[in-house]
Amino acid sequence: MYGYNGKILRVNLTDRSIKTEALDEAKARKYIGGRGLGTKMMMDEVDPSVDALSPANKLMIVTGPLTGTATPTGGRYMAVTKSPLTGTIASSNSGGYFGAELKFAGWDAIVFEGKASAPVYLNVVDDKVELLDAGKLWGKVLSETTDALEQAHGDKARILAIGPAGERLSLLAAIMNDRWRAAGRSGVGAVMGSKNLKAVVVKGSGKVAVADEAALKEAFAVCMKKIKDNGVTGTGLPTYGTAVLVNIINENGVFPTNNFQESVFDKAEEISGEALAEKYLKKKDPCFRCPIACGRYCEVDDIKGGGPEYETIWAFGGDCGVSSLKDVIKANYWCNEYGIDTISAGATLAAAMELYQKGLVKKTEFGDGPELKFGNADSIVEWTKRMGAGTGFGAKLAKGSYRLCESYGVPELSMTVKKQELPAYDPRGIMGHGVQYATSNRGGCHVRGYMISPEILGLPEKLDRLETAGKPGWVKIFQDFTASIDSVGLCLFTSFAMGADDYAALYNAVCGTKITGADFVTSGERIWNIEKQYNLAAGIGPDQDTLPPRLLEEPVPAGPSKGRVHPLSQMLPEYYSLRGWDAKGIPTKGKLSELGL
Amino acid sequence: MTIEARLFATLREGRGKVLKVELGDGATVADLAGRLSIDRKDVAILLVGGRDARLDRPLSDGEIVSIFPPVGGG
Ligand code: SF4
Repeated sequence: MYGYNGKILRVNLTDRSIKTEALDEAKARKYIGGRGLGTKMMMDEVDPSVDALSPANKLMIVTGPLTGTATPTGGRYMAVTKSPLTGTIASSNSGGYFGAELKFAGWDAIVFEGKASAPVYLNVVDDKVELLDAGKLWGKVLSETTDALEQAHGDKARILAIGPAGERLSLLAAIMNDRWRAAGRSGVGAVMGSKNLKAVVVKGSGKVAVADEAALKEAFAVCMKKIKDNGVTGTGLPTYGTAVLVNIINENGVFPTNNFQESVFDKAEEISGEALAEKYLKKKDPCFRCPIACGRYCEVDDIKGGGPEYETIWAFGGDCGVSSLKDVIKANYWCNEYGIDTISAGATLAAAMELYQKGLVKKTEFGDGPELKFGNADSIVEWTKRMGAGTGFGAKLAKGSYRLCESYGVPELSMTVKKQELPAYDPRGIMGHGVQYATSNRGGCHVRGYMISPEILGLPEKLDRLETAGKPGWVKIFQDFTASIDSVGLCLFTSFAMGADDYAALYNAVCGTKITGADFVTSGERIWNIEKQYNLAAGIGPDQDTLPPRLLEEPVPAGPSKGRVHPLSQMLPEYYSLRGWDAKGIPTKGKLSELGL
Repeated sequence: MTIEARLFATLREGRGKVLKVELGDGATVADLAGRLSIDRKDVAILLVGGRDARLDRPLSDGEIVSIFPPVGGG
C-alpha cells in the first residue's frame, strides 16, 4: 500500500499486550485516515454510550496517508476518542513532528485500550515496542516530562505526553507533542490520563512509500506556488502568525469580550499580533515540512516557548477583559506546561469572572488566590496554574465552563455548544459561522468549517458577514472539505491557498489512486455523517445543535454588530435539508446509503 | 471632512497606526488610500464603520476606515 504503512499498533494497557494489525485497506480508502479512519474505527470498536473516562473507551492516535510525505505541512495526526467534555466523538488535530515520526517508524495508527494499573509510557523504535514505567514522570509538567524522556531516549525521539491536567482528568486537558504543540480540544488528554498513560516516545528510521514520485514532485510544486503566492499563507501567517486576527476581528465588531457580554474590546491593540511581533516574538516555529510557519516562539521574563495563537490571546485577553499581553503569554505557557486547552481554559476563566461579577461566586471561594475579575491580569496566570494542578477553586475550573456555570444554577452563562467552549468569534455578527458553531460534531469549534475565511477574510470570495442567504450551503461545503483535509494528514491552513483538486493530486501521487477533487469532498461528507451517527448513538441529538441563549436573544450592545442576535432557527432547516437530513436534523437512510454508510 | 484611518500589519510601516486625514467633500475610500500611498493590491480587507466597503464608497465626515493587507487566519 502506498501512502499508508498498512500497519496498526494495538496496545492493551490492562493486560499489557502489544499487537500488530494489518490496516484494513478498504476502510482506509473509504475514510482516508486521521479523523475519518479514527472515527470509523471508534464506530466499529467502541460503544458510543461508554463512559469516556472508563477503560472501555479507546484512544486512537491516527495519521493520514500524506503524513510524513514530501507534501506541504504533511506532519499532522489526530487524537480520536469519545470526549469526556462533550460526550460526542472527539478528534483533535496536532502538528509538530510526532505524526511524521510515527509514520517513519512504520505505523499508521496506535490504538490504546483498557487502563494500566500504574502509570506507563509507550516506547516505539520502529517495530520494537515496549511499555515502560512512568511512575517518576507522573505529576511532571510538559517540559520536565519531555526533558526526562529525551534524556532516556535521545533528543531525536519525538514525544507526545500529557501534563498534570490530563493525569487529574481535567475535562480541558490536551494531549501535547513536541513540547507545545497540542491536540487541544474536547478533553482528549483526560482520556489518556484515565488510562494511566503518560507519554508516547517514537523514533522511526523508515520512509513512507510513494506511488509516483514524479507526480508528487509536480503536485508539490503547484501547491507550493499557490501557498507562496497567496497573501494569507505567503505573507500574513508567516509574518504575524494567527494573532494578526485580533485587530481584524475586533474592527469587525465580532471579538467576544468579557464572556461574550460585548463584542468589541477597546484595548485590542495592546494584545494584537502587531504588538506581539513588536515586543515578544523571538522566532518562527514551524511544524514538519511547513512552508507557512505560522507557529510563534516568544520570550517574556523567565518564560519562553511556543505560541500564543490568536484563539489563546482572545481567550485570556479579550474574553477575560485582560489587556496585558505579557500575562496572556504566561497563561499560555502554563497551559502548555500543565497540558490544558487554551481556548477552553481562557473561556472558563471568563465564565468564572461573570459568575463573580454577578455575585454568584463569592470572594472567599478564591482562598488566597487573586480575584477572578474581568481585567485582572494576575488572575489569569495564577488560576491557570491552579486549574492545571486542580487546587482549590481550580478544581471547579478544571471541569470547564459548562459544569462550572451549571454548579451555580446558571448553565446559560456558559458560552459553550455541546458543553465545549466557543472560540474567538461572536456569531451574532457572522451568520454562517454561527450555523457552523451550532452544528459542529465536536461542539463549540471554529476549525470544523472555518467560515471566517469567506465571511471576514474574503477567501475564496468575500461574503457579507451579516447576510444569511446562501450561508448554510457554504457551511456544509466547508465542513465536508475540512473533514477530508483533517483526514489526509495536512494542516487546515493550506486550504487558504489550495483547492480540492490540489489535495486530490497530492493524494493520488502518494497513494497511486485516481480520485477527483469532488471525490475528496464527498469523503468528507461521509466522515461528517459517520461522526453524526456516532453522536446520535451517544445520545447527543439535534436538540444540542444550538447556541448559548445569550447569542440567540441578547443583542450585541455596541460596535459594528450592534443590535444583532443570531437567527439560528431560521437557518438550520436549510442546513439540514442541504445535508440530506430530515427536518429534525437526523441523517436519512437515503443519504447514508448514498454515502455507503 | 476628517476621516479616521486605521492601518494594520505591514500597512503601518512608514505611515503609523491611526491617522486623521482631511479630505475634500465627495472623496471616496480610494482617495483616502491614494493620499496614504496605499497600493490597491495591498488592500485585502476594507471596512468603513466596521462594515465591508469598496474602494469607490463615498466617505462622510467622521467616518472610520480600517484597512488590512492580506493577512491571516486562525
Ligand atoms: S501552518 Fe502553522 S500550524 Fe499549520 S503546519 Fe504550518 S506551522 Fe504548523
